[in-house]
Amino acid sequence: MADVLPLRLWRRFLALPLESRPKTLAVAFAVSAVCAALVTGATVILRPIQEANRAAETQLRLEALLSAIPGMEQIMAEAGGDVLSAVVVDLDAGRAADDVTPATIEAALGEAANWTALTPEQDVAMIGRRPDLAQVFLLRDAAGDIALVVLPVFGAGYNGTIRAMLALHGDMNTIAGVAVTDQSETPGLGARIEEPAWQAGFAGKRVADEAGRIRFAVASGPAAGPHEVDGITGATRTSNAITRIVRFWMGPDGYGPLIDAIRRGEF
Amino acid sequence: MAARLWQVLTDPLVRQNPVTLQILGICSALAVTTALDTALTMAVSLTVVVVLAAGIVSAIRRFIPSTIRLIVQIIVVASLVIVIDQVLQAYFFEISKRLSVFVSLITTNCLVLGRTESFARNNPPLPSMIDALGNGLGYSLVLIVIGATRELFGAGSLMGVQILPTVDQGGWFTPLGLMLLAPSAFFLLGGLVWAIRSARPEQAEAAEHVAPAVAEAGR
Repeated sequence: MADVLPLRLWRRFLALPLESRPKTLAVAFAVSAVCAALVTGATVILRPIQEANRAAETQLRLEALLSAIPGMEQIMAEAGGDVLSAVVVDLDAGRAADDVTPATIEAALGEAANWTALTPEQDVAMIGRRPDLAQVFLLRDAAGDIALVVLPVFGAGYNGTIRAMLALHGDMNTIAGVAVTDQSETPGLGARIEEPAWQAGFAGKRVADEAGRIRFAVASGPAAGPHEVDGITGATRTSNAITRIVRFWMGPDGYGPLIDAIRRGEF
Repeated sequence: MAARLWQVLTDPLVRQNPVTLQILGICSALAVTTALDTALTMAVSLTVVVVLAAGIVSAIRRFIPSTIRLIVQIIVVASLVIVIDQVLQAYFFEISKRLSVFVSLITTNCLVLGRTESFARNNPPLPSMIDALGNGLGYSLVLIVIGATRELFGAGSLMGVQILPTVDQGGWFTPLGLMLLAPSAFFLLGGLVWAIRSARPEQAEAAEHVAPAVAEAGR
């Protein structure tokens, strides 16, 4: 029985010196297999908790954004105290997406077909490609008209992607507030875009002028005029990034079609 | 035996400190020390990784062919780092966001590979893990000192609690913006190395070159 071929081969293998080629390969394979199992296990087991963390984070920022908007309580009271409704919109068509819901948008955005590559001229926010779908939040007043829209925006900052949520009043031109959800700018300089004191400067600013041209900008210094927000000293690149991000997403390649549709009362 | 283990544990704290004497692992020591809590999290993460990696490498040290020993060590370290990163993202989400890429970079921290290669590969698991713990604590010590200094003078707070009332909040302290930028960590680390080597002259390295004597022309 002890003379079976596989067993004999195994014995011969064990007798090989450690430095021999078969044993080296076997050790490498065994170590890789064990480590792969460890890493896969940790990732799979912990993923639900991580996703819950991210969702909670976004919800928290959204609530903070809403509570920071001046006159928000009044808007909420007029709307009957109802909370925001989440809607997935098709950015090109400017209307609600047909077959994608907030529950399935994550999966839909995993498909390359749902992204549009941007030409360098279009790509003001320097994001390379833009999702065709976005989850926005709407708040309607008692008459059913839209009182507030919260739009997620993102773009390239100085050190990495800046993600934010921009709240617009029902006229789709007056900014109600902003909340930065994700950034990796320089601590103490660009990272000050996270400070509520700076974000408060957005409230009441207008995106476009009467002619419809987008004029919003983060000033290089104190704000001048109804379209400007105070610049951050020592963080010109971050300030410019915010200008570009807002201009891109308010423009025709961003939420432009949606904004037009809401203005026409089609939503 | 116990005395030797105690020495293995305490030596790397100051006398053989991996950061200030061997100048290992300073990349992360500079990057995550803008605040004390990120420095602490990084210190704990690295200590856990280096102890576990030393234990595992030491346990399988007789089975590692020397031709692929570095690859095996790196795979062990990298896997541990990924697991730690995932745990942080699951249970310490806020801090993991601020540490961002630097947890993953523990893999390339020469401190970890230095301990597994130079100590764990030739010693049984217990001394290896104690040596790794000592080195992890030595690294932690430096991170805590620099992190505390930078947060205190850069933001006037410690662990997010305001200690020095800043001018923004109506106090008297003007935060030193430089403290929050990477160069200040170099200055502080340099100062720390200088202070330790002044107190313990045996750590100072011999000069590698002697400046040649110059004679002015015409004399």
